[in-house]
Amino acid sequence: MYFLKREPRINFLGRRRLAGIVSAVLIVIGAVSLGVRGLSFGIDFTGGTLVEVSYEETVEASSVRDLIKNAGFESALVQYFGTSKDILVRLPASAVEDAAQVSSRIMVVLRSPYKETLATSASGDLQQCFSDSGTSGQCAVQMRRVEFVGPQVGEELTEKGGLAMLYALLGILIYVSWRFEWRFAIGAVAALVHDVLITVGVFSVLGLEFSLPVLAAILAVIGYSLNDTIVVFDRVRENFRKMRRGTPIDIMNVSVNQTLSRTLLTSLTTLLVVMTLLILGGEVINGFATALLVGVLVGTYSSIFVANPAVLILGISREDMLPVTKEGADADALP
Amino acid sequence: MLNRYGWWQWLIIVGVIVPGIFFSFPNLFGDDPGIQVRGSRGTALSSVDFDRLKALVAEPESGLIRGSLDEKGASFRFSTPGAQLKARDLFENELKDRYTIALTLLPAAPAWFESMSARPMYLGLDLRGGVHFLMEVDMEGAIRRMEERYVADLRSTLRTANVRHRGVRRTSEGGIDVTLRAVSDQDKARETILRELPDLELTAVEEGAPDRVFAQLSQRAKDELSEFALEQNITALRNRIDELGVAEPVVQRQGDRRIVVQLPGVQDTARAKRILGRTATLEMMLVDEEHNVDSAVTGSPPPGSRIFHMRDGRPILLKNRVMYSGENIVDAAASIDTQTGGPIVSITLDAAGARINQRVTGKNIGKRMAVLYIETRSKIKTDAQGRPRKGPQGRTLRTSQRIVEVITAPVIRDQLGKRFQIEGLDSVTEGQDLALMLRAGSLAAPVEIIEERTVGPSLGQANISQGFRSVVIGFGLVLIFMFIYYRTFGLFANVALAFNLVLMVAVLSVFQATLTLPGVAGIVLTVGMAVDANVLIFERIREELGNGNSPQASIHMGYNRALSTIVDANITTLIAALVLFNFGTGPIKGFAITLSIGILTSMFTAIMLTRGLVNLLYGGKQVKKLAI
Repeated sequence: MYFLKREPRINFLGRRRLAGIVSAVLIVIGAVSLGVRGLSFGIDFTGGTLVEVSYEETVEASSVRDLIKNAGFESALVQYFGTSKDILVRLPASAVEDAAQVSSRIMVVLRSPYKETLATSASGDLQQCFSDSGTSGQCAVQMRRVEFVGPQVGEELTEKGGLAMLYALLGILIYVSWRFEWRFAIGAVAALVHDVLITVGVFSVLGLEFSLPVLAAILAVIGYSLNDTIVVFDRVRENFRKMRRGTPIDIMNVSVNQTLSRTLLTSLTTLLVVMTLLILGGEVINGFATALLVGVLVGTYSSIFVANPAVLILGISREDMLPVTKEGADADALP
Repeated sequence: MLNRYGWWQWLIIVGVIVPGIFFSFPNLFGDDPGIQVRGSRGTALSSVDFDRLKALVAEPESGLIRGSLDEKGASFRFSTPGAQLKARDLFENELKDRYTIALTLLPAAPAWFESMSARPMYLGLDLRGGVHFLMEVDMEGAIRRMEERYVADLRSTLRTANVRHRGVRRTSEGGIDVTLRAVSDQDKARETILRELPDLELTAVEEGAPDRVFAQLSQRAKDELSEFALEQNITALRNRIDELGVAEPVVQRQGDRRIVVQLPGVQDTARAKRILGRTATLEMMLVDEEHNVDSAVTGSPPPGSRIFHMRDGRPILLKNRVMYSGENIVDAAASIDTQTGGPIVSITLDAAGARINQRVTGKNIGKRMAVLYIETRSKIKTDAQGRPRKGPQGRTLRTSQRIVEVITAPVIRDQLGKRFQIEGLDSVTEGQDLALMLRAGSLAAPVEIIEERTVGPSLGQANISQGFRSVVIGFGLVLIFMFIYYRTFGLFANVALAFNLVLMVAVLSVFQATLTLPGVAGIVLTVGMAVDANVLIFERIREELGNGNSPQASIHMGYNRALSTIVDANITTLIAALVLFNFGTGPIKGFAITLSIGILTSMFTAIMLTRGLVNLLYGGKQVKKLAI
């Protein structure tokens, strides 16, 4: 089976102005949204407490909300999580003493209408509770997840996250400069910055939560998009050496066309698994999969429409790409 | 001849695949409910004890599958959770509290796998359920306490050296300030301090203050103190966790002031937090019976005595000398007083404590002895928005609060010795917690939980099943797609993909790297990305065929030309993965690990293994057409 019967001759580089405008518009929309709405950072970054519980039967989120507010947690946010049996309670970081104890106090409050207290239960089993009458059984309120992040941890993470992104880009810059040429390195990094900006922009525009897994996904996108870019660059380098005729634009066009079916194929298989994660991975992995989905799409686009034009603007020529012939290399071959 | 593998290439392939299959095998068996028995506080479980335990569950009705003993302790596997719970009760009865008995899940693979150190993957807490704590040690608090101790040392050192001073006090910014009576004593004082207290450093004489000596802990002393406080805290935390009865707990230092605690399977996080984070201890002091409390409250307390408060707020005058403290306590047990029905803690002292107790109580019969409950709480200073405030070096500022309460002050009726009881506690739970903390030893410096991640068993189960389903379906979709698109070569790629999964599982199992939910996502993602190498090769082969090359030459050139592209592309992805790993806190690290492993194993399977299969089918013979 073939997607493309014969090697296509699409003038990709001829549309680089249009592509540039599209990218610029997307980035500006993202930047404006970041400036106006900002990112809704998860508690990994802001610090705070998150409690997820599940009930045996459907509950009213409003009654749970009243329960928690009445217990003195005025700033708590209560919402359904996935189904109407699952409740998520969020609290911002606060200056209260023993912030680490807040989650435990919330569990006590949530269990109070059922008059149950936690008993020991076998590992891997559901939580067992003592009821008011002294009998034990499965808890009506099952704790599914608790996350508490102290404010200083969140702050460090934000700092470290930004640094990680910088280090990744720097490492890539060095490696690509070494293997290819500095113009390619800058082209590759430009494409990556483009991908990161647009992915983060999408999260801001849609108001999706920016959590730690999302950050991991963005770093994975950097890896993926780079993979794509390198494959195209590799072909550009090969063609610069092989094709005696042709302007840099022609050579890049030929290279993108030659690698086009591979680009589409790999994007497709990756999208297949990313969609699987998005649909089946569960709520926790949702943000992660969304970031990957956006990133893979943008990354595929940028390796064609951003990386190559950037190299072109920096003024690449055939001479830059010819292998450096070492003096004396030929002499060794002589008898 | 083109496209033939030599014997050594086959040897490499077999040498990787066979161990890969073997080490991934234990993952297929699942878990059995089990019990782990460990000696607490360093004591080992003897084979005699092991045999005694084994005898308890010898009958076939007890559901024992097998028990084993190694240097870490004993583990028993049972056929049902019911049998597990029953056996635990039997064990607890037999061993009392000398050992830690914990419920857990143990790998169900046959024993000989484990004897060849083939174990299933180590699941992270988000998959198996449990608590993860990150604790920060308040080093400034430890240094402050050390300086406070040095104030007393300085006073006595100067006294013995006949250097008279107007006052020795700790300044609020840190450091100890000595004001001398005579300016002429300056040199003598400095000399004495440096000779007798080598851990102190003195700053130069300030202008305009010739009578002042300013001493500070040297950096070396501070570093040593921090190191000691961290290690001591880790030991104390380990002891406390042993008391909680957790199987496979993790207590690890992270950096120079943080400790990671992981408790798999723990459900009662409230108790875990209460026990781990607290620095409660006891001190015993005599009540000052000679002076009146009320006049001390209105006026000033008599020299050598201080005012403390009972739990209900009543003031009490105590003699300012600690008889002995929590450090002298070797054992403590909570129970209920049969007469009053109130909670009590029975305490056993070490030899030094017992001697003091005997002497002091013997001399003070009829007087009262106070038991002080002392707890240090440390918390971050925050501004109005709840953001932490930073000190000059960028460290978060903390305040520590010392809570001192007199629990009880009973009249000494008899000379006491090694054992005695404390009453006056608020609740049975408090008695139990206090007893536990006294047994486990106190923390050298206050700690605070700065991060908690708890996953309940139901979510852990859901994560496992959702993760497993994502892997299977993502994998299946890619397999189908590759077969439709590349036919025979697609099958080769599929075999490679399957072995890539096997190898990843094997590597994760061998290194016992933690598999987390993002780690599973990493596996799914590598399935999608691992085919990239094969796509690159196969597209190249098609291209070469299109250029009119023979099938054999096309295969050869396809593999060779794609190689450098694959290596470049994978190394750059690996750079991103390694950065992720270094940056990583728990969940991210799991993702970085599987991504890195996947990249490396996929290079082997996608290049070497598929080439082997291609060579086997087409190599070294006349081929007219490739099924690609």
